[in-house]
Amino acid sequence: MINIEIDGKQIQTQNGATVIEAAHQAGITIPHFCYHKKLSIAANCRMCLVQVEKAPKPLPACATPVAEGMKVFTHSEQAVKAQQGVMEFLLINHPLDCPICDQGGECMLQDISVGYGAGHSRYHEEKRVVLSKDIGPLVSAEEMSRCINCTRCVRFGQEIAGQMELGQAFRGEHAEIMSFVSGTVNSELSGNMIDLCPVGALTSKPFRYKARSWELSRRRAVSAHDSLGSSLAVQTKNNRVLRVLPIENEEINECWLSDKDRFAYEGLNSADRLTRPMIKQDGKWQEVEWQVALEYAANGLRHIANGAGAEQIGALATANSTLEELYLLQKLMRGIGSENVDFRLRQSDFSVDGKQQGAPWLGMSIADIGRADRFLVVGSFLRKDHPLLAARIRQAAKKGAQVNILHCTDDDLLMKVANKAIVAPNALVETLAQVSKALAAEKQGTQNAGGEATAIARSIASGERVAVLLGNFAQQHPQAAQLQALAQQIAALSNGRFGFLGEAANSVGGYLAQATPRAKGLNAAAMLASPRKAYVLLNVEAELDCADPQQAVAAMQAADMVIALSAYKHQATEYADVLLPIAPFTETSGTFVSTEGRVQSFKGAVKPLGEARPAWKVLRVLGNLLQVEGFGQDTSEAVRDEALHGVDVAARLNNAIGGVESSPAQSGSGLQRVSDVPIYATDAVVRRSAPLQATADAAPPQAWLHSEELKKLGVQSGAVVSVSQGQGKVQLVAAADDGLPKGVVRVAAGHAATAALGAMFGTITVERA
Amino acid sequence: MKNLIAFFKSFLLLELLKGMSVTGRYFFARHITVEYPDEKTPQSFRFRGLHAQRRYPNGEERCIGCKLCEAVCPALAIKIEVAEREDGTRRTTQYDIDLTKCIFCGFCEESCPVDAIVETRVFEYHGEKRGDLYYTKPMLLAMGEKYEEQIALDRAADAKYR
Repeated sequence: MINIEIDGKQIQTQNGATVIEAAHQAGITIPHFCYHKKLSIAANCRMCLVQVEKAPKPLPACATPVAEGMKVFTHSEQAVKAQQGVMEFLLINHPLDCPICDQGGECMLQDISVGYGAGHSRYHEEKRVVLSKDIGPLVSAEEMSRCINCTRCVRFGQEIAGQMELGQAFRGEHAEIMSFVSGTVNSELSGNMIDLCPVGALTSKPFRYKARSWELSRRRAVSAHDSLGSSLAVQTKNNRVLRVLPIENEEINECWLSDKDRFAYEGLNSADRLTRPMIKQDGKWQEVEWQVALEYAANGLRHIANGAGAEQIGALATANSTLEELYLLQKLMRGIGSENVDFRLRQSDFSVDGKQQGAPWLGMSIADIGRADRFLVVGSFLRKDHPLLAARIRQAAKKGAQVNILHCTDDDLLMKVANKAIVAPNALVETLAQVSKALAAEKQGTQNAGGEATAIARSIASGERVAVLLGNFAQQHPQAAQLQALAQQIAALSNGRFGFLGEAANSVGGYLAQATPRAKGLNAAAMLASPRKAYVLLNVEAELDCADPQQAVAAMQAADMVIALSAYKHQATEYADVLLPIAPFTETSGTFVSTEGRVQSFKGAVKPLGEARPAWKVLRVLGNLLQVEGFGQDTSEAVRDEALHGVDVAARLNNAIGGVESSPAQSGSGLQRVSDVPIYATDAVVRRSAPLQATADAAPPQAWLHSEELKKLGVQSGAVVSVSQGQGKVQLVAAADDGLPKGVVRVAAGHAATAALGAMFGTITVERA
Repeated sequence: MKNLIAFFKSFLLLELLKGMSVTGRYFFARHITVEYPDEKTPQSFRFRGLHAQRRYPNGEERCIGCKLCEAVCPALAIKIEVAEREDGTRRTTQYDIDLTKCIFCGFCEESCPVDAIVETRVFEYHGEKRGDLYYTKPMLLAMGEKYEEQIALDRAADAKYR
């Protein structure tokens, strides 16, 4: 510890800290622009100049390390003069357009110029003009004259997003921030540059001119779009969500937010929203009163339960539904005598059901990920599926952690990858088994043969805190149980931990809500494979959310009764009989259990649109109409307390499984399908967010093949090919990706363009169109 | 003795004459009563009457929808909605002043960075229904067009004190 004095206040701080850090610890404000605690030090704005005893000139507090006995003055004559001088220089070229600037009212430059500026300027010459730039649909760089060249956005790209998409070009007065190479900023974390920009140079494009900062009310919320459970501030005006910002939460999202969480709100009020209950009569949709629709649904369910039997009713929900909704759904189903309820729609291997000792989770806290020194990430489109977890792992990799990848595609993770094994999906289990075997041999000190698996094993064996992470792809894999067993083995051998990178906001919560079938019940895949007479769908778009859309839609069309609880009109109008409008996450109260098992409740930020109602209320009334016991809850908190009554969440989280039989991989001839769910196709709200759909990540799916496979087919990259699976056939543009193993074709799932195809895994045919 | 003086005072109508002398003095003095509405009192160039929205000489409306007037208005009489116009500029789609709420404090004028919202010298206006005093953007712009000359002169006169 080091003792210093700032403005006469004695402060103890750790060795190596900077003056600004010490001051902030002690609650002393030093004005700054370019300094940010999560970014490297640039010291180029000079706003944080302070006087230090015995130093001949003022020193930048952000770049001056503390020394024993140092005396710092932040308000001395010298310091104030320096601050006023810097402020005057910064404002020389800054336009006076605060009244039309979206940053106005929450602008660091405004605040600091009021607090530390001289109040007048001696500069009367012309100001410089920097031309506006189009850097994509999310971040607006319309007013680059406002830029003060702090380079926070540049450092963010380099250090956090892992990709330098913005840079500073030219020198002196001609210095400007611009994108180069690609022209647009395509990072999945780009929105954070808006928060980081201390002035109004980078602002939110969808929010442009929508409201002034002081008009917005602020509500706490929890991210509904990935499993991290990021803390959100939902900002509303006139009962409409106008902006979403991160709330700093060091244990979860730090101070960042992925673009998916930040811009998904644009889909909340899409024209596609369902605002009134509808029933289909004689093939025509009619808007009806809630009472009519609910009675129609209840009668339909009662009729089928009494006639064909309750086991002919199946309930499917997405894992973005809240804990309360999932709990009431399973309670309703079990109340009418059906065990068929599931939320794991994209999973294809359910053989761990019954062998799993608890709810599968991350296996460690999110903060622990940053502390691990060896990673083995199996089957994960890490950057796109878990943008902020990827950023954590990127930070760990920077600090020396070794990242090992076992996957079927070789997407650029924008971090240093120590070893990677890219194999076809049906070789995934075998390769992981090799890793496990090599690791065992490594631990015993025997020599291994070379190869990727050995290299990975060596890397893991040399670590102290090993994290084995199974991604969405591994969870959706047809041999997911074996992958889990092997991960467990590897974690045990390396004295590390293993876990799942949860697929959706409530992937853990679904288990806690018991929304999975027990013995005799049918899981999601079985419910669709042997079609039921009636389905209750909660938030589900069958053609996009299921592992096998072909099968799912066929099952829906064959059913006598499909009750869809949905926030949107979607393709359900083709197969459903009742559409009940429910509220998305900003309009309802509820609870999400994040992938690290954190139970987070939130309240609605705005009133439900039109006649939409929170799904837990709709399910409660359905329960009452069907005369099921225990549907008298008045609040969502009551439902949550009932769902978690007597549940020790921490104790319920357990990845351990026992007795998994190894089944041989499918060894079908022909091409294997590898499918990712594109980052902006994961859930209903995201799919309808216009700005997200305009990004490069939302480009229409293509059929990606190794260039040799393309040659074999006699197709040029860029040509249209016809891709078929089962009865479905779609036309896609072929593209070469030499990172893919041979014998596979990568076709995205969860997208309308590929919804006609079948399962996410298995053989697929590609032909010249 | 007292009674005697009082008797003579009243006998000689002294009080009456005294009173009449005041009347007489003011009868011949310069009149200060203003015969409203035939005559009007002089107004300061800072007079705060009915609001108006101004345009630039080229016809472009001044208001950029920064909402500072809305934020500063102590009576919450101003309501503004903003959108991006086709040419990319920030413009109001709605600018209403509820004159039944307005207290004519002049803060809106004071806060306006582009001198768009101003208070004119007009104070003789009325509404027959309550809603008549709810001024919308076209009404305010029409006011501005009608009185622009006077408004500009007043701002110029005031400029040296700012």
